[in-house]
Amino acid sequence: MTKRSFDVTKLPGTAVMAVACFVILYVPMAILVGYSFNSGNVIGNWEGVSLRWYGAALHNQAFLDAAINSLILATTASVISTVFATMAALATTRTDRFRGEGTIHIILNQPLMVPEIVLAIALLIIIGQIKQATGYTGLGFLIAAHTTFCIPFAYLPIRARLEGMDLSLETAAADLYASRFYTFRRVTLPLLAPGILSGFMLAFVVSLDDLVMSDFLKSPGQDTLPTYLMSELKRNLTSEIYAISSLLLLLSVLIVAGSWVATRKKD
Amino acid sequence: MSGPETWRRWALALPAVVVIMLFSILPLGVVLVYSLLTPGDFGNVKWIFSTDGWFSVLFERNIFDDTIGLSGANLGILFRSIVLSIVTTLITLIFGLPTAWFIATRPPAQRNFWLFLITIPFWTNLLVRTIAVQEMIRSEGVFNRILLAVGIIKEPIQMMFSDFAVLLGMTYVFLPLMVLPVYAAIEKFDFRLAEASYDLYASRFFCLRRVILPLIRPGVIAGSILVFVPSLGAYVTPRVMGGGKSMMLGNLIDLQFGQGRNWPLGAALSITLTALVLIALIWYTRITSGRKEQSHD
Repeated sequence: MTKRSFDVTKLPGTAVMAVACFVILYVPMAILVGYSFNSGNVIGNWEGVSLRWYGAALHNQAFLDAAINSLILATTASVISTVFATMAALATTRTDRFRGEGTIHIILNQPLMVPEIVLAIALLIIIGQIKQATGYTGLGFLIAAHTTFCIPFAYLPIRARLEGMDLSLETAAADLYASRFYTFRRVTLPLLAPGILSGFMLAFVVSLDDLVMSDFLKSPGQDTLPTYLMSELKRNLTSEIYAISSLLLLLSVLIVAGSWVATRKKD
Repeated sequence: MSGPETWRRWALALPAVVVIMLFSILPLGVVLVYSLLTPGDFGNVKWIFSTDGWFSVLFERNIFDDTIGLSGANLGILFRSIVLSIVTTLITLIFGLPTAWFIATRPPAQRNFWLFLITIPFWTNLLVRTIAVQEMIRSEGVFNRILLAVGIIKEPIQMMFSDFAVLLGMTYVFLPLMVLPVYAAIEKFDFRLAEASYDLYASRFFCLRRVILPLIRPGVIAGSILVFVPSLGAYVTPRVMGGGKSMMLGNLIDLQFGQGRNWPLGAALSITLTALVLIALIWYTRITSGRKEQSHD
C-alpha cells in the first residue's frame, strides 16, 4: 500500500466533529417532523403514519387566524422596512462622507444592539398608554414594532450590495443624458435588485420568527403563529403543535431554497 | 459635500431614521426614566423620583431588621445569564470551528450543499427549534424513552427546567450563528501558509495554534459575539427550557413587568442587560479595529 500524501487541509478530528454537529442540528428536527405524522393520541407512542394532526391543524380556526395575522404582519413589515432601508442605503453609500452619515448608520443599526426583550418592554410601556388613550387595538402597533426591528436586517444586505456596485455605470448613464430618475430606474435598481430581494427575505423571516415583540404588544385574541404556538405549548403538548412546527419548518426550507435559487440566477 | 446634496441624502434616510427614533430609541429613553420612578400599586409607576429600582438590582432590604444585603435572587440570575452565555459560546465554538473547517475544505462544488444545511436551521423559527430540543429531553421525550427501553433507568430523568436544559437549548439554537462567520474566515485562509509551516517541521498542533488560529481569529471573534450577545438577552429558549426554575435576565425582566409588578426594577434590569450587551459589542469593535491598526504598522 502506498503512503498517502500529506494533506494540509486535513485536521484530525474535524470531520468527526462536523458530522456530530450536523447530527445534533438535524436529529431533533427530524424527530419533531416524524412525530407530527403519528396517528396516536400521545406524542411519543408511535401508532402509525397519518396526516391526522395536519388535518386537525387545518381545521383549527385559531391556528388559521394566527397564520393569517403572521402573514399580514410579515408582509407589511418587510415591505415597508425594505422600502425605507433601500432609501437609507442609497443615502449612505457611493459618495463622500457627509455630515451625519455616521449618526444615520448608528441609528439604523441600533435595534440590533438592544436585546429584543428590552425593546419589547420599552414599547409595551408606550403602546400600552396609547392603547388606553385612543382605544385602538389593531395590528398597527405590531406592524410598527416589526418594521422597526426589520429595518437593520433589510438595510445591511442592500447596503453591502450597493457598496460592491460599480459607480461608473451610473456615470455613463448620466453622460448619455439619462435623467436622474431614469438612471435610477434603468441602471441602479436592476443592479441592486438581488440585494433588495435578500434584504426583503431576511426581513420577512425575521418578522415571521418573532415571538417576543408580538407576545408583549399584541392585543387580546391577536395571535401570530409563534405566540399561538407558545400559548398552546404552555397549555398542552399535542402532536398538532408538532404538525404546525413542521409546517413552519417546511416554510423556512422553501424560503431558503427560494433565496438561493434567486440570488444565484441574478448573480 | 455641498449643502443641498447633504440635505437630499438626509431626506432619503429620514423615514427609516424616524421609525427607529420613534419606536426604538424614544421607548428606551422612557425605560431609563421609568427606572428612576416609584412602583405603582398594580404595576405601572408613580411619578415620584426614586433610586429603589436600581438599588434592588443588586441589593435587598431585610424586612425584619431593615439591614441591607446583596439580593441573592437577582445576583444569581445575573450570574447565571453571564455564565450560561459564556459556556454556550464555548460549546458552539467547540462544534462550530471543526464544522466550519470541514465545510471550507470540501471541494468548492460541495461547499454550497453543506452551507445550505447550516442555513436551514439558521432560518427556521426559534421557537420551533426550541420545541425540537424540548422533545429530546422532556420526561416523556426521546432520551428518556430510549433509556427506559434499554433498561438503564427505571424512572424518567428530570432534565427539563434546569441550567442544563437552558444550556442545551441555547447551544442548539445558536450553533449556526457560530459556523457561518468562522467558515467565512477559514475560506479566506491561504493553505499555502499551513503548508509552509509543515515544511518547516511544525507539528499539526503547532501549525493550528501559531498559524491557523491567529489568521482565522477575526471569524472566531465575530462568531463568538454573534452567539454571546443573543444568549445574554435570550428570552424564548430559557422560558421554554428553564421555566421558572432556571431564569435568565430576560425572564427576570418579564417577571418584574408581569407578576412582580415592579416596573422600575424591571426597567433598571433592562438597562443593565442592554449595558452588558453594549460592553460586549464595544469590546468587539475595540479588538477588531485594534487588529487593523496593528496590520498597518
